[in-house]
Amino acid sequence: MNLNDAPRETRSTCPYCGVGCGVIIESRGDAITGVRGDPAHPANLGRLCTKGSTLHLTASPQVNQQTRLLQPLRRLQRGGPAQALAWDQALDLAGQKLADTVQQHGPNALGFYLSGQLLTEDYYVFNKLVKGLLGSNNLDTNSRLCMSSAVAGYKATLGADAPPASYTDVDHAHCLFITGSNTAWAHPILFRRIEDAKRARPEMKIVVVDPRRTDTVELADLHLALQPGTDVMLYHGMLHLMLREGWTQPAYIAAHTTGFEALVELVRDCTPERTAEVCGLRVEDLCEATRLFATSPATLSLYCQGLNQSSSGTSKNAALINLHLATGQIGRPGAAPFSLTGQPNAMGGREVGGLSNLLSAHRDMGNPAHRAEVAALWGVADVPAVPGKSAIEMFQAAADGEIKALWIACTNPAQSLPDQATVRRALERAEFVVVQEAFATTATTAYADLLLPATPWGEKTGTVTNSERRISRVRAALPPRGEARHDWAIGVALAQRLEARLRPGQPTLFPYDTQDALLGTEAIWLEHRESTRGRDLDITGLSYALLDTLGPQQWPWPEGARAGRVRLYEDGVFPTPDGRARFHSAAFRPVAEATDREHPYALNTGRLRDQWHGMSRTGTLGRLFGHAAEPALQMNPQDLAREGWAEGSLVRVQSRRGSVVLPVQACAEQAPQQVFIPMHWGQEFVSGRDADGQPHLGVNALMPSTFCPQSKQPELKHAAVRLSAAKLPWTLVAMAWLPAGQVLSTREALKALMGEFAFSSCVPFSDRTPLEQADQQATGLLFRAAAHQAPPAAQLLALEQALGLDPQQCLHYADPQRGQRRTIRVQTLGGARCVTGWLLAGDTRAQAWLRPLLQDAQPVSVDGQRLLSPGAEPPLAQAPRSPLVCSCFGVTEQAIRGQLAQCAGTEDERLKQLQGALKCGTNCGSCVPELKRLVRWVRPSTEAAELAL
Amino acid sequence: MSKLKLVMVGNGMAGVRTLEELLQLAPDRYDITVFGAEPHPNYNRIMLSPVLAGEQTLDQIVLNPLSWYQQHHITLHVGKRVVSVDRATRTVRADDGTEARYDRLLLCTGSKPFMLPVPGHTLKGVMAYRDIADTQALIEAAARPGRAVVIGGGLLGLEAANGLRQRGMDVTVVHVGPWLLDRQLDEAAGRLLQGALEARGLRFCLQAHTEALLGDAEDRVRALRFQDGREIPADLVVMAVGIRPNTELAEQMGLLVQRGIVVHDTLQTVTDARIYSVGECAAHRGTAYGLVAPLYEQAKVAANHLAEWGMARYAGSQTSTKLKVTGIDLFSAGDFMGGEHSEAIVLNDPYRGIYKKLVIRGDKLVGACLYGDTGDGSWYFELLREGHPLGPLRDQLMFGPPAAALTAAH
Repeated sequence: MNLNDAPRETRSTCPYCGVGCGVIIESRGDAITGVRGDPAHPANLGRLCTKGSTLHLTASPQVNQQTRLLQPLRRLQRGGPAQALAWDQALDLAGQKLADTVQQHGPNALGFYLSGQLLTEDYYVFNKLVKGLLGSNNLDTNSRLCMSSAVAGYKATLGADAPPASYTDVDHAHCLFITGSNTAWAHPILFRRIEDAKRARPEMKIVVVDPRRTDTVELADLHLALQPGTDVMLYHGMLHLMLREGWTQPAYIAAHTTGFEALVELVRDCTPERTAEVCGLRVEDLCEATRLFATSPATLSLYCQGLNQSSSGTSKNAALINLHLATGQIGRPGAAPFSLTGQPNAMGGREVGGLSNLLSAHRDMGNPAHRAEVAALWGVADVPAVPGKSAIEMFQAAADGEIKALWIACTNPAQSLPDQATVRRALERAEFVVVQEAFATTATTAYADLLLPATPWGEKTGTVTNSERRISRVRAALPPRGEARHDWAIGVALAQRLEARLRPGQPTLFPYDTQDALLGTEAIWLEHRESTRGRDLDITGLSYALLDTLGPQQWPWPEGARAGRVRLYEDGVFPTPDGRARFHSAAFRPVAEATDREHPYALNTGRLRDQWHGMSRTGTLGRLFGHAAEPALQMNPQDLAREGWAEGSLVRVQSRRGSVVLPVQACAEQAPQQVFIPMHWGQEFVSGRDADGQPHLGVNALMPSTFCPQSKQPELKHAAVRLSAAKLPWTLVAMAWLPAGQVLSTREALKALMGEFAFSSCVPFSDRTPLEQADQQATGLLFRAAAHQAPPAAQLLALEQALGLDPQQCLHYADPQRGQRRTIRVQTLGGARCVTGWLLAGDTRAQAWLRPLLQDAQPVSVDGQRLLSPGAEPPLAQAPRSPLVCSCFGVTEQAIRGQLAQCAGTEDERLKQLQGALKCGTNCGSCVPELKRLVRWVRPSTEAAELAL
Repeated sequence: MSKLKLVMVGNGMAGVRTLEELLQLAPDRYDITVFGAEPHPNYNRIMLSPVLAGEQTLDQIVLNPLSWYQQHHITLHVGKRVVSVDRATRTVRADDGTEARYDRLLLCTGSKPFMLPVPGHTLKGVMAYRDIADTQALIEAAARPGRAVVIGGGLLGLEAANGLRQRGMDVTVVHVGPWLLDRQLDEAAGRLLQGALEARGLRFCLQAHTEALLGDAEDRVRALRFQDGREIPADLVVMAVGIRPNTELAEQMGLLVQRGIVVHDTLQTVTDARIYSVGECAAHRGTAYGLVAPLYEQAKVAANHLAEWGMARYAGSQTSTKLKVTGIDLFSAGDFMGGEHSEAIVLNDPYRGIYKKLVIRGDKLVGACLYGDTGDGSWYFELLREGHPLGPLRDQLMFGPPAAALTAAH
């Protein structure tokens, strides 16, 4: 960065969750220097969460230089090194391979697997390329893992894939029915809004339905901890109660819906008693939840993956929407079934028809008229009528040899798809795999024959649509780094090569300016806009210019309209042939894979507060590991005690498809017999191999690919698993600070070693520098491993050298025959001798005191041999380490407890005092639920209490 | 009962310690006569290095002043070399004709330095380093600043080199071994030692084979030539390449000599039960010891038999090494190199220049090599000699005696 360059500000949109917050990117020269919430953006009004507020750090030159894919690369053989080649060669090669495949095996021998993180313009080009040019529907995206059940649910009931509500409805709701969503962590900024609403109107009731006692539950008046996968039964049971209590709205039902009778029949035997039994709830809680839902003046449902990622995902969505229709809780302020989008632009993808069963602008693939419209718009003879392969089917087909070439863009299937064994087989068997990526570090890149560098957030231009149908501009603060190109531009360049082979002589279907990104994206967007004319999502009244002047806008906004629609179906008319909404009658079906004696535990997966998906971006920041430091299996303390396992001991988690080894963590949020693994922990962060050499492929090796028959969305939230002590007697732990420019490259180097052990994990960590001084933050790596016996010394030496712990230069103890090895690096920091790196193998108990010694840079008084002595007893006095709660200001639980003892008054008053004193939770607010829990736990000291009186 | 006659040939540490032990057990059993070739009472040969280094004086290292001999009615003949012994008449004769008859004879003729038989080893300025005379000669030589070359990187050589350096000479140590003290240290410790000595201004030529010593017109040594042809200048050359037991007299007497005067576990010579031998000249079970600790163990046993108690056996000694160079702590004992069927535990503290290696075989400590911190040396030496199985102690071994053991020791 050149300090003479003038600082610039660029309004853009956060690339993480579906809340779609506006960000203002601060940049100077060729570097992004900061990011802050856009006060003018309706989604966040200036707020950002822990992830959003650290975006600029994930785009720093150092991170870019260590993790980005910056030039096209080609692998001459799988597993071999990738070699650089020019863009033209790369595109020629890709075009030729794909065209050959089409001519030999037909277009359905290709599979395009894209991402909900692409921009609408990117999607549009690839959708047109595959469905228009190639004439195949084998284009799907990771939205299949995320929103397809919501799509199917909306279409099955309301007639169109359109969330009817807006975030502002939170302020009008009298009952929030949050079901299958840990909003506090997965949609933090929306949750801030909910907290504000609850503060402003404490009478607003919040019901949370979730098997886990999440941070979201902290705000709830009522928590229904239902058994995994019993949501449909719950909703049917609620409808049964509504009918029994006369809480439905017959007038609304009669006027605006069809199919109620069948549903009434279906729920007749869903008595409260039976429902309570199946769902594992108390009858009175069930009744109270039903009463609140049905009788509140306005009930707003907020729901997400708990409903979507299910083998009956469509039924779950539809059964919930049934309740809104039956009680008329829709089309009014604060009343609606509001599906929260997982990814930043899953909505935009759906708008352009970016799924294997969708057609542009919410058109129906099976409808000849619709196909004709799209074909005309694109200037092609026809578009295929038969749905293509959805994500799971696509990779199964590749594994079976039916799909020969895979084009993967902006997603990491080798981490995120269930049944990883099959996914890996698919990637190995496919004859040609192209990975179009911004990051060189994902597990999928290892399988690519051709790697194409794409631009990430901060360099991209286009539009995204968030959960509330709001279209926001994404703007580039910097030009593409290295040789990276925009995803849509790569699509155009590929298309033009394919056209040369497949429709020579004819004018191109892709006349977009790839030199000027603004012109190019706008041309694409205008074409997309035209495709929406007359559709439910009509945006013919919108333009880039209008978005630039008026800011983000909601659809529909047809030509001539003055504003977008805040709320849909206010008139009770639905986008169905008869204008009526349809009740959906689907019987309750339990989870695809029931627990049994062989596999007695129910495994659930989900998000961590400070991480995003496969962590190719968030995983670059040590500070985002402050809240959840390491991969772990979360388990109810009683289960832990019954199994007789100590916290941190290694447990083998085995499903019918695969296994992983993880340290176990006691977690009161988990119900007994249920365990949880964050979805983020792929092979990039936790690895190892079975006794038979089978590598561990991350959490999704465990999950089933069984999917919902309607939405084709797999059941990523439930697998039956067996747990057993891993019995790996030899263990290793190492921790070391590393030079800022080397942390991530070192982690990449260590990945090679991870597979050598029966268990291994490697994560960054940081000190507790507040966000404002993040540039001074120290970062290091934490490496764990375990094995049946000690590995050869050379392997450990390689590990030590990678971490800068050369045993010749460090305190070192080794008894190879006993598998004992300890290496400790001591350096002088600010005049004091501090431990700056250590490795323990064999007897690793000393980590208990070495870890805080290193992470808090506590000075060491004693001589080296004392530090090398074994055991959990510290050879020196030291301050205890406390978990980090607020990562923005680096505030620990200990500090908070200490302060709270001094705070008296009501819970709200005490929270205010606490935040006044320590600033915790006053930036992104993501830790507020945790703070509230602490406020309740920690009583004020008697003095403080008396002072208050 | 009339006193027996005990004659001791050699007035060194091993012999005199035997007399001390004997006088404890049986003060009045013998009329004792002592012949010493050196013109001094018994002194502590080990402390010659500090004398050379200027840290001690000769008077300070005398162990038994003349008064001690008088006080115990010992007839002392200093400066008299015994030249023959008639075992038939049991008569000892010295070079000045002095004679003494014996009922028991104690041979402690010690050892003499081995001089490399290279061309020029007789030149002026080529010396050994063994006794007070050598030491005084070295001190005189060092009075003039000049270049000294010490051949031999063993204990004696390094002590001599250090002493000469302390006295201002420019010193180079020439050593055939791959690292210093290669009989007492493993390579890692040897390198640390070399670093420490280099820091004191010593220079080293390792794996260097001396071909010849070159002299000037007055037959004074002026340089040393290696087999590879290189030469280094030298005004003084000290040979410290090892010692040889002094056995001419014993051979002449017809005693069995193999690497020393061969003795039983009673320290009686295998040839003649009236004749005992202790010290560097004695070969017990094939070993002639060159360190003081074993010699004192021998002295105890020999005295026990001379006193006619006949209850002690000498079964050989575990030896341990310490270098007498101020500020350098090193210790080694037993099979510190380890290898094939042994296991090694190492500890390394580069920040304080500490290195430790413990060698274990069959769950027993069989060797130790310590550099920089020898505090636990005696504890390891104890474990080594007792040879108890280590068991759970192993993981703590490197970090010193457990508190319990400590209190037990006191």
